[in-house]
Amino acid sequence: MNIRLPYLATAAVSGTLFGSGLYVSQMVDPLKVLRFLDFTAIPTGGWDPSLAFVIVAAIAVMFVAFRISRGRSTPLFDKQFHEPEFKKIDAPLVAGAALFGIGWGMSGICPGPAISLVAFWPDSLLVFLVALFIGSYAGAFVIPSGHEKRLAMAR
Amino acid sequence: MDAFSPIPALAGGLLIGLASAVLWLGNGRITGISGIFGQLLPPARTVVWRLVFLVALVLGTLVTSYLVPGLGVGGPGGEPAQLAAPPASFGISPPIWIGIAGLLTGFGTKIGNGCTSGHGVCGIARLSTRSFVAVGIFFAVAILTVTITGIV
Repeated sequence: MNIRLPYLATAAVSGTLFGSGLYVSQMVDPLKVLRFLDFTAIPTGGWDPSLAFVIVAAIAVMFVAFRISRGRSTPLFDKQFHEPEFKKIDAPLVAGAALFGIGWGMSGICPGPAISLVAFWPDSLLVFLVALFIGSYAGAFVIPSGHEKRLAMAR
Repeated sequence: MDAFSPIPALAGGLLIGLASAVLWLGNGRITGISGIFGQLLPPARTVVWRLVFLVALVLGTLVTSYLVPGLGVGGPGGEPAQLAAPPASFGISPPIWIGIAGLLTGFGTKIGNGCTSGHGVCGIARLSTRSFVAVGIFFAVAILTVTITGIV
C-alpha cells in the first residue's frame, strides 16, 4: 500500500483542484448541466454551451500532460503509469455508456459533481449518492470479476 | 444565473485539466471519479489515496465557494444548490427520480469503465477509441433523455 506523504499529498492537491474547477465552472449545478444537454433550446437561443468550454479546456491541459508522460518511464511518486489496458469496443462499454447517459439526462449529475455537491448538500443528494454506490456495486457483479478476466474480454 | 458563462467555464475547465495532469504525472493515475468512487469497496490497497482524493474534492469545492463567492450556486454568495425536479407529467416523486438516476449512473459507469472525467477528459486526451465511443454514446443518450422527458 502506497501511503507515503508525497503520493497522498498529490492525491489531495488533485482532488482540491478538481473540486475547485467544478465550482468555478458551475458544473456542480445540475440545472446548468441540464441546460447544456437541452439541445431543444438551441433554436430559441436559450441553450447554455458552457459545459463544452469546460470539457475542451480540461482535455487540452490533459492532452499536454499525456504528451509529457510519453517521454518519461514513471510518474514522480509511483513505479508505473496505470494506463487503462482495455482496447476493444465491447458490449459492457456500449451498454454502460448508454445507461449512464439516461441517468445523466434525468439528473444533470455525473459522479464528480455528485461527490463535490456534498459541500452544498442539496435535498435528495444522499439518495443519489446511496443509489450511485448501490448501482456501482451491482455493476461489479455483472462484468467479469477479476482484472485478468475483464482484460481478456476488452483487450 | 442561467446564462452562458464562457470565462468561468474555461477557468474551471483548466483547473479540472490541471487536477488530472497532477494526478497523472505525480501518481500515474487516471482522474476518473466513477472509478475512484466505485473501487472504494471492497477496500483494495488503493483505498487510502481514493479517500484522500474524494475528501479533497469536497473541500476544494467548499473552500473555493468562499474564496470566489457568488459564481452561481453554492457557498456564502450563491443561490442554494438544488437537484433537478422530475417532469410533472411523469408523476414520480423527486427522491425516486433521483434514486433511479443514481442507480443508472452507478451501474452504467461501472460496467462502462468510466464517466465524464475518466472517458470524457482523460480518455479523449489519450485519444482512446473506447473513450471516444463512450463519450459519443453518453452525450447523445443524455441529450435524447432531456429531449424526451422535457425535464428542462
